[in-house]
Amino acid sequence: MNVRKYLATMKAAAAVWALCATCAFAETNIEFIQWWEPEMPAGALRGIMDDFEAANPGIKVTLVSGPYSATHDQIVVGAASGTLSDVVGLDGAWVNGLAKQGAIASMDSLMADAKYDPSQIADIVKVNGQSVMFPLASFVYPVFVNLDLAKAAGIDKMPATRTEFADAAKKMTNPDKNEYGWVLPLALQNPGGIQNDVMSWVWASGASMLKDGKPDLENEAVVGTLEYIKSLQDAGVISPGIFAKKEQDKVEEFVNGRVGMMIDSLAHINLIRERNAKLNFGISALPAVDGYTGKRGLPYASWGIGISDSSEHKAEAWKLVEYLMSPDVNGRLVSIANAFPGNVKAKPDFSKSDPLFEEAFKIFQSGHLANEFVGLPVAEDLMRDMNVEVQKMFDGQQTAKDAAANTQKQWLVEFAK
Amino acid sequence: MSSANEILMGTQAGTFKPRTRQRGMFSYKTKKRLVPFLYVAPAAVLFSLLMLFPMITVLRYSLMDGAIMKKNAVFVGLQNYVTIFSDPVFWQSVGQTLYFTVMSVIFHLLIGLAFALLLNTQRIDPTLRSILRVLFILPWLFTAVIIAIIWRLLLDPNGVVNSILIALHIVDFKVEWFSSTKTALHALTFANIWAGYPLYMVSLLAGLQGIPKELYEAAGIDGANEVQKFRYITIPQLMPIIISIALLDFIWTMQVFPLVWMTTGGGPIHSTEVLSTYTYKLAFSSYEFSLASASAICILIMSMSVTYFYIKHQKAR
Repeated sequence: MNVRKYLATMKAAAAVWALCATCAFAETNIEFIQWWEPEMPAGALRGIMDDFEAANPGIKVTLVSGPYSATHDQIVVGAASGTLSDVVGLDGAWVNGLAKQGAIASMDSLMADAKYDPSQIADIVKVNGQSVMFPLASFVYPVFVNLDLAKAAGIDKMPATRTEFADAAKKMTNPDKNEYGWVLPLALQNPGGIQNDVMSWVWASGASMLKDGKPDLENEAVVGTLEYIKSLQDAGVISPGIFAKKEQDKVEEFVNGRVGMMIDSLAHINLIRERNAKLNFGISALPAVDGYTGKRGLPYASWGIGISDSSEHKAEAWKLVEYLMSPDVNGRLVSIANAFPGNVKAKPDFSKSDPLFEEAFKIFQSGHLANEFVGLPVAEDLMRDMNVEVQKMFDGQQTAKDAAANTQKQWLVEFAK
Repeated sequence: MSSANEILMGTQAGTFKPRTRQRGMFSYKTKKRLVPFLYVAPAAVLFSLLMLFPMITVLRYSLMDGAIMKKNAVFVGLQNYVTIFSDPVFWQSVGQTLYFTVMSVIFHLLIGLAFALLLNTQRIDPTLRSILRVLFILPWLFTAVIIAIIWRLLLDPNGVVNSILIALHIVDFKVEWFSSTKTALHALTFANIWAGYPLYMVSLLAGLQGIPKELYEAAGIDGANEVQKFRYITIPQLMPIIISIALLDFIWTMQVFPLVWMTTGGGPIHSTEVLSTYTYKLAFSSYEFSLASASAICILIMSMSVTYFYIKHQKAR
């Protein structure tokens, strides 16, 4: 190769490199941290991201995925060090702390700039009046009933009131056969039992544990709920080992036919089918207090989404949030995840899902999402405080009224911080 | 090409040229003084980065208000220590940590010694001895997660242990081992004892095999019985191992977290709360990193006080 040819080749290579580099620099890469990718079928979330990239040339999305607890730790550390990913998968229990820390941005101005209609979002989570989280997908918690146990106990309809529930639980209980009417997990490691299995009774009857955004635990509805649950324990209808039981133990006992009823996430339907294909079970809305005729509050957990305040690409991050919240994409995503949509206009396709999802969707549409822990400060800590007080009540150390009063005191301290 | 020895000795093929050695940035004497530091430098840098820096950071956090969570955290002196010392749950955790640790160390030692003696005796068939050796060491092979799962299943109200106890008419109800405030700490300590004795067994067995047989023969000639041989030969000979391993076990057990977290999470109520779970909850549930740092420093001080005795004992040896 002579010198002239060599130089020409080098020039061409340099030109190609420069062209590629220009393209690369023109591209914006945004990070999206979440725990959902491992919980969805392989490649499902990446597929949605690929479609987003195709629809938005110049934006590339890097998924940062991990299990729930590891993602939480990563977000806490990222928030502290200012290295949080541009788009953040959020749990309602984390939102308040992250917002107060200044780690997640208000999306109000982004919505205004994009002329986005917020009324299409099922439940925007706000902290200090700022919109910081959209629930992308919601996992509702109905009551699961073992229909075979129910039939054997002579129960022919799903319990709709607390009296009916207590009656059904009593009939299904047979300690000699290790069969109990209800299962209540109150282990301290993950105090979610307080939200899903205790306070959900309050919300189901249209009541609240808050008043003007402050704790109101000594009200009749909360104390009445604690008394009701204690009465179930006194009646011996709750599976033993309450204080050491975790959510997975609860599901395991239901799968094995050892408990007649449990309050659990719809997301577990497939898991239950896989673990025990012969289990004959149904779902119904959480029972309300006798005589209640209003809309049922449905406890839920959600995959929330927000934007990092330290992001240098907020506009691009917003485009991704807007894309995921759009009716079509949202409907597609929740259909894959077996969840309910965050966009009220989304129409999930449950034709390929378990028939119970269709039934659950009817319950979802006839009630309203209710989880008052979403957006509260140190929500997990609040649940743990309450968990300890409820444990004391179950242990006979205090009454339901005392448990509510003591929790109220501790919560007020947390709210005052 | 000059070697480290040349620098140290200042010589090459027997020719000593001190003047040429003084050329360059450092004199010969300075270089000689620097060499040992260069040898320890990699270890010192690693120690500083991986141990010293995190420890100093935690100490700094413990003296600040709202470390990590506040952008402008301020120095508050010992306020965080005052806060945790005034928390009754902290003192309950300290007491329970000490109970858990002391009971674990004592029973690790007793069970480990008993099994080591059993495996060291010539009265058992060698094949049976080999089988027992494998069986006894099994708990050591399991991770904390597996141990927690095993004991959660065994001690479940509907688990194997209750079934056996009820079948033998020892109890007439389902004991809620990990779920009752009366039994949870004891059940947890029992699981930890089961998980930890093999370390003692292996170490003491090695120690037993190193005791000269002549000592026992001489004692036999002097008329000593088996108990006296055990008391006056075996125990004194094993004492250095016992002290070393007990002190290390004390430090490790005081910091046990995974087993406690995965079995009881510090509950029911606070009946199995130990310092590690107390600290974890402050950090990752309440996001009170400053208070958690103060609690972590307390654990560090407690561990270091035991470490002091360990180092003193090692020096004495």
